[in-house]
Amino acid sequence: MTEEIKAIKVRPLPKSETRKHIIVVRVQHNFGVLTRITSLFAGRGYNIESLTVGKTHEPNVARITIVVEGNERVVEQIIKQLRKLIETLRVRDITDVPHIERELVLIKVHAGEDKARDEIMRLVSIFRAKVVDVSVDTYTIEVTGDSEKIEAFIKLLRPFGIKDIARTGVLALTRESAKESLQEHRLE
Amino acid sequence: MPKKRGADIVIDVLLEEGVDTVFGLPGGAIMEVYDALFDAPLRNILARHEQAAAHMADGYARATGKVGVVLATSGPGATNLVTGLATAHMDSVPMVAITGQVPRHYIGTDAFQEADVVGITRPITKHNFLVTDIKDLALILREAFYLARTGRPGPVLVDIPKDITQQEYNYKMPTEKDVEEALPGYKPHYEGNPVQIKKAAELIRKAKRPVLYVGGGVIIGNASQELRELAELTRIPVTTTNMGKGAFDETHPLALHMLGMHGTYYANMAVYNADLLIAVGARFDDRVTGKIDEFAPEAKIIHIDIDPASISKNIHVDVPIVGDVKNVLQKLLKELKKKPVEWVKARESWLKQIEKWREKHPLTYQQSDKIIKPQYVIEEIYRITDGEAIVSAGVGQHQMWAAMFYKYKYPRQFLNSGGLGTMGYGFPAAVGAKLGKPEKTVFAIEGDGSFVMNMQDVITAVQYRIPVKIAIINNEFLGMVRQWQQLFYDSRYSSVCLAVHPDFVKLAESMGAVGLRATKPKEVREVLQKAMEINDRPVIMDFVVDREENVLPMVPAGKSYREMIVSPKQKGEAETMYLVG
Repeated sequence: MTEEIKAIKVRPLPKSETRKHIIVVRVQHNFGVLTRITSLFAGRGYNIESLTVGKTHEPNVARITIVVEGNERVVEQIIKQLRKLIETLRVRDITDVPHIERELVLIKVHAGEDKARDEIMRLVSIFRAKVVDVSVDTYTIEVTGDSEKIEAFIKLLRPFGIKDIARTGVLALTRESAKESLQEHRLE
Repeated sequence: MPKKRGADIVIDVLLEEGVDTVFGLPGGAIMEVYDALFDAPLRNILARHEQAAAHMADGYARATGKVGVVLATSGPGATNLVTGLATAHMDSVPMVAITGQVPRHYIGTDAFQEADVVGITRPITKHNFLVTDIKDLALILREAFYLARTGRPGPVLVDIPKDITQQEYNYKMPTEKDVEEALPGYKPHYEGNPVQIKKAAELIRKAKRPVLYVGGGVIIGNASQELRELAELTRIPVTTTNMGKGAFDETHPLALHMLGMHGTYYANMAVYNADLLIAVGARFDDRVTGKIDEFAPEAKIIHIDIDPASISKNIHVDVPIVGDVKNVLQKLLKELKKKPVEWVKARESWLKQIEKWREKHPLTYQQSDKIIKPQYVIEEIYRITDGEAIVSAGVGQHQMWAAMFYKYKYPRQFLNSGGLGTMGYGFPAAVGAKLGKPEKTVFAIEGDGSFVMNMQDVITAVQYRIPVKIAIINNEFLGMVRQWQQLFYDSRYSSVCLAVHPDFVKLAESMGAVGLRATKPKEVREVLQKAMEINDRPVIMDFVVDREENVLPMVPAGKSYREMIVSPKQKGEAETMYLVG
């Protein structure tokens, strides 16, 4: 109706793909701090794939490793929100930085017959896993490694009949050689 | 040094922080603090509902810039604060809430009046604390004040178990340094990156159709002076958000007034056609942007904000500058002044274009001599107060009219719940504002629906002789919902009719306030004049207005500025909208 606007103009939005991100957060180890972090995710509908917490060598400092799936925009927002928490000391996205990644899993698997027991022991040896408990018809196996290795191991054990699995989240530390390439998500 | 009760330590910290007024309502778990207040050199306002107390503290904080303080007891006392805290959180209002908690050995047992207040208020406060040791009490309270007023301000809650307020302890007042050391991760960015500031200055020099988009951050950051200097130096027109009202003098020729859903035609046209948008202390709320991918589609965006999380949250920003608004604007001005400012002449055709838009659709309404138009009431309030009053508003149509038809000249002059949209906010906030700024005339412009949500606290204003002027824009509807139902739900008025109201004049009288009513346009001025003469108690003015007046212009929720409804239509014709473009 007015002459000023002739055609619909559209603001181009930056595109980015969804992928897995590993975020490392150092926080003051106060009670309730973990709830603050998880409710920050829950309140915004971000899905946490895994979250691992533990004390560090410094007094009153805990280290949290969070694995989330999301595009750059979502992850950037998550990092900014994490930074905003009063008890947060440092936040880093180490996905693209050389790092060591480990997960620990305990798997209780059916192992009744000799044939199965032999086969499982072979897998345990190949994967450098460890049998930590034995019963008449089960083995309980401990294995550590990155998520890929763990997934592969579980896949191979599945046909024997898995009774139970306990799995920690991902733990990650950057490699010392990565120091220079480490970049904090600073806005400026 | 004599030992002190936890409750006395609370009072000591309040005094150390320069607090002169607290709002609240006592109860079992906070009684010790109230006992200590009995002798304290502090003004203690007894509200009738904790939500109102929180809004009073909020209004006090917004009007003065100081930290507002509210007290409540455990359980229901604290849960009644929730709406007030969430309101303050959304609008970045510095506030400290102190709540009583059941004694430590009862925590977690579902004790009488127990609630997990820290858990409940976690997402609606900037930070919160549960005190578990009297040794930490003073430090935590001082941290609370520090967090509330620094960086991006906000409400902070401190939950104190009753046995800690009773316990005695030989304490030392923590220093500012102690506070900073206790918060090693909290480092607000004040400076602003010089490279980005230089980039921003370059964009401003080159822009042909620039617009300043200003939010509440300029008011909070006391940067109005710098903003005005920037606008005048560069000849860039200024549009403000609802929260930014008063950050830029609305009587100034460069003022475009509000933008967004109920923004002016000329502000929205300017933003839609801009090639550069300079967002200052604003956060691209959906009520401002409408449809994101058609918001200022051709503009490069500079965003100045103290909160990094606000940047590129909704819209991708080309030049982000994280820092204190005042500080950044000063540096930007310095940068711009390095070269002579002849280049601003090129802006004149842009300003002329905006003038054409302004003339085409000015902010207006159809006056009547038979029925009171709500906009007319606001204009009359503007005239009788010479535009000098502090105005607070509830939420709904009246809030938008109060934003549109009163011209705000100063920061901290218009108080309303911009972020959360809390009905019932306006009147108690006015009480707080009047206590903080006793020399100012304070008007609460309320809707009938909004006012009844906290009208119990008129008694509080009567008790303390707080002469706020309450103007009820009474259309016997939840007016904004009715407007949406009319426009977008086929006029199916589901649960919006408020035909059953108290007689507001009698209500006022029964509470010890003054009640006045206007039902015809010619009575409006008379009622306001009478109200202006009363200075020892609140006045409730019942303005019975046109029931089906709409707030226009309007960009329907989630739509583009192109689809702005600019003119009032006949009843029943609402489905045909005026499209711009």
